Amino acid sequence: MITRSSEQQYIDLYTQARQMIFDHSSDVMNAVRDEAFERFKASGFPTKKVERYKYTDMQALFAPDYGLNLNRLDIPVDPYNAFRCDVPNLSTSLYFVVNDIFYRGEEATKARGRNLPEGVIIGSLKEFATTAYYNQLAGKSGDAITDLNTLLAQDGLYVYVPKNVKVERAIQVINILRSDVDLMVNRRVLIILEEGAELKMLFCDHAADDRNFLATQVIEAYVGQNASLDLYCLEETHHKNVRVSNVYIDQQRDSRVNHNVITLHNGITRNRLDLTFSGEGAECQCYGCVIADKQQHVDNNTLITHRVPHCTSTELYKYVLDDKATGAFAGRVLVEPGAQQTASQMTNQNLTATPEARMYTQPMLEIYADDVKCAHGSTVGQLNDAALFYMRQRGISLEEARLLLQQAFINEVIDHMQLEPLRDRLHYLVEKRFRGELNKCDGCKLCK
Amino acid sequence: MLEVRNLHARIGEKEILKGIDLVINDGETHAIMGPNGSGKSTLSAVLVGNPLYEVTEGEAYFNGKNLLEMKPEERAHEGLFLSFQYPVEIPGVSMTNFMKAAINERRKAQGLEPMNAAEFLKLMREKRKVVELDSKLANRSVNEGFSGGEKKRNEIFQMAMLEPKLSILDETDSGLDVDAMRIVAEGVNKLQTPETSCIVITHYDRLLEMIRPQYVHVLYKGRIVKTGGPELAVQIQEHGYDWIKEEIGEE
Repeated sequence: MITRSSEQQYIDLYTQARQMIFDHSSDVMNAVRDEAFERFKASGFPTKKVERYKYTDMQALFAPDYGLNLNRLDIPVDPYNAFRCDVPNLSTSLYFVVNDIFYRGEEATKARGRNLPEGVIIGSLKEFATTAYYNQLAGKSGDAITDLNTLLAQDGLYVYVPKNVKVERAIQVINILRSDVDLMVNRRVLIILEEGAELKMLFCDHAADDRNFLATQVIEAYVGQNASLDLYCLEETHHKNVRVSNVYIDQQRDSRVNHNVITLHNGITRNRLDLTFSGEGAECQCYGCVIADKQQHVDNNTLITHRVPHCTSTELYKYVLDDKATGAFAGRVLVEPGAQQTASQMTNQNLTATPEARMYTQPMLEIYADDVKCAHGSTVGQLNDAALFYMRQRGISLEEARLLLQQAFINEVIDHMQLEPLRDRLHYLVEKRFRGELNKCDGCKLCK
Repeated sequence: MLEVRNLHARIGEKEILKGIDLVINDGETHAIMGPNGSGKSTLSAVLVGNPLYEVTEGEAYFNGKNLLEMKPEERAHEGLFLSFQYPVEIPGVSMTNFMKAAINERRKAQGLEPMNAAEFLKLMREKRKVVELDSKLANRSVNEGFSGGEKKRNEIFQMAMLEPKLSILDETDSGLDVDAMRIVAEGVNKLQTPETSCIVITHYDRLLEMIRPQYVHVLYKGRIVKTGGPELAVQIQEHGYDWIKEEIGEE
């Protein structure tokens, strides 16, 4: 019996379906497919022996059979009418990506016209992507899943903000997974902020059907000189969902990036962040919070590269793991030679509520400059017994006391998030999540 | 209200309480004094059900119910309150949410609906006055950044909110300056009624001049070795504990 390793089915798929893929995409996106394919063929999926993938078994995640909508069949529903996200009324400009298709219905057109400043483009990647930017960051990273996404992604989201334009209203993109069969989607996002531009974007991931979903995602973001990008990625899917997301951010001089990843509910999640300071005086703040129970698995892997002097990076990730959940955080800060006056702080704090929950934390500082200030801290622990008893003596049950302390723990990260209405909403969602009430909220199912 | 009989308790392998007998009736204030290490804090910890301590012998009844069989939160619902010697800080949990949870859990235990938000805020405002506690505290995390005196006043504020039947003040005067002590003592006195009782654990008689006990007990090496009226506290202040140790046949 011949057992195929996971990559073989994708190699065969591309070989057979190449023309179909090309037919439903654009020249710009097609131009980089073959080279991505060559790289993918040569490397295959990373095994757990590959350093950056040691906590999540990619071979196993990509082994099963999933359907792929390479013919770009139409979406049978209007998400604006059918879907209510848990994060409503944030006065955002709302867009939908259903599976990996950017929704172009009437509402979307209205949304595009509504409230967007002159020159701002939020549209289909197929229509707007340019070779100058598309895959320029991602293609150099040597990541097999990024390459797989590049060879399969036929469309995606394109976001462009011209020089000195500040987009006041946050852009909210709801990524819905919707299918009657097990489905793989490959989402692709390209964000370009010119000099002085400002943008806040919120991505909410939801899985609407009780099927197995495998979603790969590549986000490339170019943040120009003195520009500012606030990016929020909120995942609220289910236990049959697999999410592998790779985010690539390049920052020019004096720019500011706020990157926030929040996992409230999931199956298996692997989030990678590669952020590079290409211009001096830039700063980034990276926040992550993870609430996992049952058998959920959340793996966050970050690489922040200080290529030039005078940049500041701050990272704070917090996990609360219950039942048999597993979490991993591998954060690497690379300070290249000459990157003097770098200031970097990386903190990962984790709570395990049961003896079976497992947290793997691996902070890495690689410093090649000698005039820098870098720190990292990592803790894994349980709730403070003295605090628990204090609360019980006031009449609060042990269970309730635990809930309050876990919420307080996670809320510290949320308090750092800049988008205030989202912050308030997250406090509410976090509480619901800890009380096991999140699934009962209306909004995670498409109405029939 | 409280009846303790032959109570023995240990922490790990070390036996600390070696047979405590104590009876407290409604409306009474009892002081417990004694040298360091005599078991004063252990007694209060055992009464409120701190899991670090194990009761090896004896009984305790609170208003007729078996105290030692109740969980710490159940004892609180029955009306037992401890003002901690070292109140812990709870970053991320606001005083408001903390007190709201405490009050609503007690109401739930009594079969009542949770208090509505407006009623609750009114209650907080009212009770803050008892210990002259600042309004800014409501949104701050429990005890976070509080000075020693503020922490102790915060304990009495919580006592005012929860209206316990029996409150135990564990060295509430330690670390307080004269003014803070006055505020705390006045607060405690304001909360006392003929139906409530109080155990004041202290080293110094200064607090006892303000919170006047009917009975003073001396705890020494895990036993109550002497009981008297308020004048006993004055004698201890003036002469220390040596004379008591002599009385019971020690050096």
